[in-house]
Amino acid sequence: MALPKYTEPHYRIWHYFYIFICSCVFFFLIAPLFVIFPLSFNAEEFLSFSEGMKNLDPDAFSLRWYKDMIYGTKNPWGLAAKNSFVIAIFATLGSVLLGTVAALGLSSRHMPYKGLIMATLISPMIVPLIISGVAIFFFMAKAGLAATHTGIVLAHIILGTPFVVITVTATLSGFDHSVTRAASSLGSDPVNTFMKITLPLILPGVISGGLFAFVTSFDEVVVVLFLAGLENTTIPIQMWTGLREQLSPTILAVATCLIILSTLILVTAELLRRRSERLRGINR
Amino acid sequence: MSSETKQILTTDGIPLEVSLKKAERKNKIKAFLLVAPLLFFLIITYIFPIGDMLMRSVDDRMVTNMLPNTFKSMEKWDGNDMPPEEVFKSFYIDFQKLVEEKRDGKLSTQLNYTKNGFKSILKKLRRKAKNFEEGNYKEQIMAVHKRWADVEYWRAIKRRAPAYTNSKYLKGIDMYKNEEGKIVSVEEDRRVHRVLWLRTLEIAFFVTLLCFLMAYPIAHLLATLPMKYSNLLMICVLLPFWTSLLVRTASWMILLQQQGVVNDFFVMIGLVADDNRPEMMYNKTGTYVAMTQILLPFMVLPLYSVMKTISPSLMRAGKSLGGTPFVTFWKVYFPLTIPGIGAGCLLVFILAIGYYITPALVGGASGTLISNQIAFHMKSTLDWSFASAMGLMLLAGVLAIYWVYNKLVGIDNIKLG
Repeated sequence: MALPKYTEPHYRIWHYFYIFICSCVFFFLIAPLFVIFPLSFNAEEFLSFSEGMKNLDPDAFSLRWYKDMIYGTKNPWGLAAKNSFVIAIFATLGSVLLGTVAALGLSSRHMPYKGLIMATLISPMIVPLIISGVAIFFFMAKAGLAATHTGIVLAHIILGTPFVVITVTATLSGFDHSVTRAASSLGSDPVNTFMKITLPLILPGVISGGLFAFVTSFDEVVVVLFLAGLENTTIPIQMWTGLREQLSPTILAVATCLIILSTLILVTAELLRRRSERLRGINR
Repeated sequence: MSSETKQILTTDGIPLEVSLKKAERKNKIKAFLLVAPLLFFLIITYIFPIGDMLMRSVDDRMVTNMLPNTFKSMEKWDGNDMPPEEVFKSFYIDFQKLVEEKRDGKLSTQLNYTKNGFKSILKKLRRKAKNFEEGNYKEQIMAVHKRWADVEYWRAIKRRAPAYTNSKYLKGIDMYKNEEGKIVSVEEDRRVHRVLWLRTLEIAFFVTLLCFLMAYPIAHLLATLPMKYSNLLMICVLLPFWTSLLVRTASWMILLQQQGVVNDFFVMIGLVADDNRPEMMYNKTGTYVAMTQILLPFMVLPLYSVMKTISPSLMRAGKSLGGTPFVTFWKVYFPLTIPGIGAGCLLVFILAIGYYITPALVGGASGTLISNQIAFHMKSTLDWSFASAMGLMLLAGVLAIYWVYNKLVGIDNIKLG
């Protein structure tokens, strides 16, 4: 964004002002995440920077809260982490399976009532979570699935499929259908064509939809608050309880781990997006 | 003319048109079968339960079923004078049955919703009814308490006769049906819900505005910078986007607390005194700041994806035709970004209007939204029909916005990441 030499002074000032505003906004976006890192190493039980931390005194830092997170007595994080991962993995598998198949049907130009069906399939993403939570709770209570893993997995499949449907339909919009026709004309049956031709080509979309579904499930708290019993506690529920009741630095240790996890997911998602853009670029 | 021409036949002698239609239908069914599993799954587990909410919100059969004889004999009563002996008799029979089944507590809660003062007189009636003599129930019941001789209370019971009611919806906007059956507002100091609806709209509106004002410049920067820089800066937008909502809320709780970093900074630059640190959390400020940061990526991404498609040569053309940078921006660039603005604003507004977690944690009493009220009635007062009614009112609003969004942008154009 170098300015040309002939720029008049007041535009020059405006330009620097603009850069300044942008920097402030970027700072506002990203800085809050970084305040968690140092505080999670706090040797004391406070959630603010101690004098020692401000002077970078090594004694003011410790791994105490990380130890507490892992070895702490009667502490819920182990069970919560296990539940969160189990629920998220099954919910992702379910969402990806249902969502991808539905997206294949939706992308067909023969699909009747496309708009209406698409709107229905996307609705869990648009309807406020609190309403979804109430509705799903009523269903699960009637079906006898409240306070079970199955109930939570089903609920997260409902919330996760819209993301898979959207990403896979987007990938399929750039999909050249003549390759599947070529496969059929060469004698391949539809299942084989899907596995060998279509799936590898839409895989980036499927995986990034799956990542969305995973994150949605892993981070979901509103619906789980209605559904979960003591046995089904998840990381978000524990964070929620912790933030409402006693803000202990252990939460910050967990939060740091979650930020690292989301960084990994971000990197994967970005790599996939670029790969998918490259592939679509070839088609054009 | 075409009907006159000879029909084209396929090799097996079927008209081409028929054959094509058959193939099309087969394809239609195939496509539908692919969508069917998800569609039916959602209809059963999601769409029907929302319908169930609708049923619950208007369902008033509980009282109807508790006093079947009373309501039957009340049909003949016009509601002007005291009801006849027959009504008192059937009410006595219904009530005795409820007492036997220990369900009279539920009745008194329900009737107390309709008119205050039922709780105590029902309790008294239960005590006295044990010693009632057969016959002339009217006199005996009226003797229990003077309110039983007040026709207003009998009218209140009659009002609960219909199996369906809109009273929960009226309650949601602080209105009720009074004795004459007119719909009126509750007293000014008891209007809690209207305040919440207005606050929800206000917060959603200003969060959307703030997000737009902050997102526009950075989306522009991201779209105009060379790829290698913009990819790096994009991380600043995407990392919060992918990070857990609770983590981001937690970081705001740390930043905004009284001994927090923001207050430390204000003290350091001398903006506030150390012993007079402002309360920035557990009020509206906290809700505004945290929600704006959390929803900002949802505004940046649609804006960016639109700005990315605007060719820089358009701006150069505008300038070469004599426009100052500001004029070219306003006349050329800005109109082209309107689809992105529409998409981003509607997306953020829809998300903000139904926000629950962040306001509940940093909002305190003055920063909570309608969603928090729904959760409160679901979990604490257990008035599920009222929670359903409020939820559906919110849903109606969101669906209206969704409809506009669909008209303006199209749901197929939602872009993620």
